[in-house]
Amino acid sequence: MVKHSKVTVTLTVNGVQRTAEVEPRTLLVHFLRDELGLTGTHIGCDTSQCGACTVLLNGDAVKSCTVLAVQADGAEVTTVEGLGTLEALHPVQAGFWEKHGLQCGFCTPGVMMAAVALLKQNPNPTEEEIREGLEGVLCRCTGYQNIVRAVQYAAQQLASEGEPGEQVAATGGGA
Amino acid sequence: MASVFGAAVKRREDARLITGRGRYTDDVQLPGMLYASILRSPHAHARIKRIDVSAARAASGVVAVFTGQDLAGKMGLIPTAWLPPDSGIRTTAHPALAVDKVRYVGDGVAMVVAEDRYAARDAIDLIRVEYEVLPAVVDQEQALEDGAPLVHDDAPGNLAFHWKAGNATDEVFTQAEVVVRQRFRQQRLIPNPMEPRSAVADYNASTGELTMWLTSQNPHIHRLLLSGILGIPEHKLRVVAVDVGGGFGAKIACYPDEALVGFASLQLGRPVKWTEDRRENFMATTHGRDMVLDVELAGTRDGTLTAIRVRNVANMGAYLSTAAPGVPTILFGLIVPGPYRIPYAGVDVRGVFTNTTPTDAYRGAGRPEATYLLERMVDLFAREIGMDPVEVRRQNLIRADEFPYNTAMGLQYDSGDYEQALDKALAMLGYEEFREQQEKLRQQGRYLGVGVTTYVEICGLGPSQVAGAVGFQGGLWESATVRVHPSGKVTAFTGTSPHGQGEETTFAQIVSAKLGVPVEDVEVVHGDTNRIAMGWGTYGSRTTPVGGSALAVAADRVIEKAKKIAAHMLEVAEEDVSFADGVFSVQGAPSRQVTFQEVALQAYLAWNLPAGVEPALEGSAFYDPTNFVYPFGTHICVVEVLPDTGEVKILRYVAVDDPGPVINPMIAEGQVHGGIVQGIGQALWEGALYDEQGQLVSGTFMDYAMPKARFFPTFETAFTETPSPHTPLGVKGIGETGTIAATPTVVNAVLDALAPFGVRDIDMPLTPERVWRAIRNGRDGA
Amino acid sequence: MIPSAFAYERAESVEQALALLQASGGEAKWLAGGHSLLPLMKLRLSTPPKLIDISRIPELRGVARVGDRLVIGALTTHRELAAHPLIREQLPALADAARQVGDLQVRNRGTLGGNLAHADTASDLPAVAVSLGAELLVVTPDGDVVLPAEEFFLGPLVTAMPENGLLKAVSFPVPPGHTRGVYEKFPHPASGYAVAGVAVTAGVNADGVVDYIRVGVTGAADAAYRAKAVEDALAGRAPTQEALREAAARAADDGVIAGDAFASEEYRRHLCTVLAERALRRALA
Ligand SMILES: Cc1cc2nc3c(=O)[nH]c(=O)nc-3n(C[C@H](O)[C@H](O)[C@H](O)COP(=O)(O)OP(=O)(O)OC[C@H]3O[C@@H](n4cnc5c(N)ncnc54)[C@H](O)[C@@H]3O)c2cc1C
Ligand code: FES
Ligand code: FES
Repeated sequence: MVKHSKVTVTLTVNGVQRTAEVEPRTLLVHFLRDELGLTGTHIGCDTSQCGACTVLLNGDAVKSCTVLAVQADGAEVTTVEGLGTLEALHPVQAGFWEKHGLQCGFCTPGVMMAAVALLKQNPNPTEEEIREGLEGVLCRCTGYQNIVRAVQYAAQQLASEGEPGEQVAATGGGA
Repeated sequence: MASVFGAAVKRREDARLITGRGRYTDDVQLPGMLYASILRSPHAHARIKRIDVSAARAASGVVAVFTGQDLAGKMGLIPTAWLPPDSGIRTTAHPALAVDKVRYVGDGVAMVVAEDRYAARDAIDLIRVEYEVLPAVVDQEQALEDGAPLVHDDAPGNLAFHWKAGNATDEVFTQAEVVVRQRFRQQRLIPNPMEPRSAVADYNASTGELTMWLTSQNPHIHRLLLSGILGIPEHKLRVVAVDVGGGFGAKIACYPDEALVGFASLQLGRPVKWTEDRRENFMATTHGRDMVLDVELAGTRDGTLTAIRVRNVANMGAYLSTAAPGVPTILFGLIVPGPYRIPYAGVDVRGVFTNTTPTDAYRGAGRPEATYLLERMVDLFAREIGMDPVEVRRQNLIRADEFPYNTAMGLQYDSGDYEQALDKALAMLGYEEFREQQEKLRQQGRYLGVGVTTYVEICGLGPSQVAGAVGFQGGLWESATVRVHPSGKVTAFTGTSPHGQGEETTFAQIVSAKLGVPVEDVEVVHGDTNRIAMGWGTYGSRTTPVGGSALAVAADRVIEKAKKIAAHMLEVAEEDVSFADGVFSVQGAPSRQVTFQEVALQAYLAWNLPAGVEPALEGSAFYDPTNFVYPFGTHICVVEVLPDTGEVKILRYVAVDDPGPVINPMIAEGQVHGGIVQGIGQALWEGALYDEQGQLVSGTFMDYAMPKARFFPTFETAFTETPSPHTPLGVKGIGETGTIAATPTVVNAVLDALAPFGVRDIDMPLTPERVWRAIRNGRDGA
Repeated sequence: MIPSAFAYERAESVEQALALLQASGGEAKWLAGGHSLLPLMKLRLSTPPKLIDISRIPELRGVARVGDRLVIGALTTHRELAAHPLIREQLPALADAARQVGDLQVRNRGTLGGNLAHADTASDLPAVAVSLGAELLVVTPDGDVVLPAEEFFLGPLVTAMPENGLLKAVSFPVPPGHTRGVYEKFPHPASGYAVAGVAVTAGVNADGVVDYIRVGVTGAADAAYRAKAVEDALAGRAPTQEALREAAARAADDGVIAGDAFASEEYRRHLCTVLAERALRRALA
């Protein structure tokens, strides 16, 4: 009885409305990857530690492996695919590229989404604040130093562009 | 045009990775794809009495269930590919799914294939297995004891191999002025690349071709081994591993799981995907280190080191993983004398079966363990004779004028100026000033310490003859093809398989610098056995010294041919043509020139080629290095120990590495950062813990402490660049130096901080509690 | 990684939530932020047949001053707790603790109610709740009940929550204006949860003696506890270094301290005293 019950969820993902029938237990990350084919969001653990799955839910960073798709019903979701395009990179993406903030790139989408949220809450963070702000992500490759530099780069870019946080809404179709 | 060799060119692989367009194995979606899930043993050691898969088979969405019995005769065993000579090695049967016995928690018992991930996972819970639980053995020394449970009936005493090397004799030690002895435990580590292992197999019955996407560091090795296991001829098996989310050694091995995915696709004629979750990764992906080391270091009262020998009891886990036997033997043993002039050295290594996850290479593989014990011993020796540890190092470092240098372990070190790196690092830190400050702060009850490591690394594996001589069941040469297109654009193919190291960029830089074409005009192709003839993959810091060298040689062959064509076009003799910055010109009449692109076009048009020159412009190399390469350097760390909690704070970290000429300083620096963090991870936080029943207690990211951003200060890094005479570009390697150097550096720093308490050793990881206890015991003892 | 199947319902009101729970025969579980429950379900350590999503119930939200108390809705997230001006000003220990929960992403989802109801021994907020004498306002099908925090945490994941109870809000007495509240935590390097955590709210009167002192400890014991021994040792004394140290030394006295692979019982006891001393110093500096 329980097995086959399905629920309808409607989400706005990167500005596009998506509706699907899913099992209630469907994790948001599986919904994004398997249902919508948005494979930029990754899965690095099963205990909600690594942050590889981080997306923005109504503008706030969340671990999409620890949110049911049905909990996000009606919400706006921004994934790395909606962050910026190659032609118009989000400053955080630009920072990661400029400062060599990634190696294998597997953690990167999640780390970037967390960084976007971090800069929204604290547009001008110190190095220490950045390192603490990255508590919810794990990277096995970079040693974090260039991730910190990437976030600093993005903070500067955002400051010179004006309103922090605006960028995501603009390219991600958020609220 | 300035050469791009040595420039901090932005990485080209990043364009897809920062926009979410990478294609990692689990991202591959195929029509009609099935999903596999693996039932793993909950026991470390048990006899399988009965498996009932009927409920799982009947569950909705389930397509097939396989057990070990179902595979018998249809699928080969999982092989071991490194067999150290004269070691009496016993490779025991390793079926992809356990048949009679499970031998570690995580050993595969059955595989479910279903229409989706969720159904596959649900069906796992429906399989009933009756086990007869047997006593387990977890510790390698206990496993060697009489009466220990036998992991394999055909490996008496649980001894997998026993390997000895070196020239150290008992007399050297009995006659020595000073001998220090210490036992070290190299705790077991879990590599934990952020991308879990994954495989997608797609069998096309009409062509007989099997395509497999794999999380692999060496797709061609995987193709070779899987072709044997699955009985698919190599030319019908394609392995793809373009975007791989880190490996650190854990994606070298040929695992049962990936083979099973191929098997399932062959059986079912549909694409099958399997991705481990992190808990499976903890249990079933190879671990690293896990050695018990008894070391003796001999020397004179005035600080000259004379001999070192080591007894190593290495925990191999339940089966010998693909490259595992080479790690505690060849990769460990040969580098034991390190960067010092030590005339006598010896190693005695026993590899032991236990009921734990198999171990294999983990970043540095053998060399971090050797460097750790050596650097710890040098500090203990310095303490013993009352000399500054830096002075002991300086006095014993091989001098710049002594290269090539033949070591006690039979290696010939290529080149170096070890003391220069040491001096540079000391200057960056301000060593003398630190010592003064340290003394002052001690008076105020603050405990700072400094650790200095001078290391040399063996990498660039390796000359194929040597590979054969040390029992590696493959070659270690590398292939490269530089294909110039009619427009002068270039595709470069490499048999190495980068997965984060950035060779799509640095290899383009090598080719661009050679051919004088813009770096954007060079595309680097890797990780696809259908596009690259052959290759041995990426590990052991071999990619740039061996794969990069192969590319350089291939590019030289292109230039050689292009020059012939250019001379013909310019109507002069070949000797009269010079080539620089992408332009062929006539010596003495530099205005007469043709560009590389014009030559490329002519090579393809072939309207007017010199006699005997074939059309097209392409060069290939199958490059076999003549020797290893030996990066070196000095790392220094300053820590503060908080005596109330035992916490260790890293205050400064200075790294000076010599990887030979640096192709891309930004990328090289990134490799150093990542390595340092992994090395410090071992020193302070990481450690796999089994209980006596063989349950992995530290089996999730909740328990196993991965380094986080807030644990570290900004590292201070620099390079010296001493070319290796053995490689065409002089390059050495940079991928593992941080991991090799950082662990002893940090531990020595902590022990230096605790010197007032008389603390001589603390087991890694140096958790706050262990440090706190060491202080307390020291205080009580004092 | 994949939870076992369950049915899902979303409640729009407290009343509806209780009705849905009763209809499920008491088998269902509340789902708030999901950041304690879903991790357990993903490892199949918890397999509830049904979840009732309470995260959209308006009555469970809001922060309000009611008399001399601050009443905080169960759905208030850690991030809101850390940032809310009223909480920062009047319950600084709570804001300080919430700021240190998990990470940025977790603080966006996890809720006060879920954190207390789940009663993980290593959770941060219970330390504050027991120290300040908070009351849990619970609705049940049989009427409302008020549970003192000090009597709420019974053991690992075990609480005094009545069956079918829904935590609506938590009511904190606002400490006197001259006090300061802090939370000191020793996070586990892997999980980030508290190996030990000490919440202190304290103040000194005009005569220079401690006239208000509340101490709660989490992480170290089988359940969060109020460190009465510390309070008693310090109340009425001048907060000298020596007095603080003596009081802090008793931080483990009131708990059933437990050890694990990372930190033994003995070391945890010691950590409690170190953290208590740090917290007392910060609060009474
Ligand atoms: C990676 C990670 C790190 C974390 N680190 C920390 C940390 O450092 N410190 C810390 O304190 N916590 C930590 N947490 C836990 C986090 O704070 C949780 O969010 C919180 O404990 C539970 O809140 P929730 O709203 O998510 O509850 P849920 O997961 O939704 O529910 C938890 C339990 O409480 C019940 N419940 C929820 N709401 C109510 C209610 N109103 N009435 C009755 N019962 C209810 C549920 O039925 C369930 O049994 C961490 C979590 C994660 C995933
Ligand atoms: S996959 Fe979500 S936190 Fe690791
Ligand atoms: S770049 Fe590989 S895990 Fe972060």
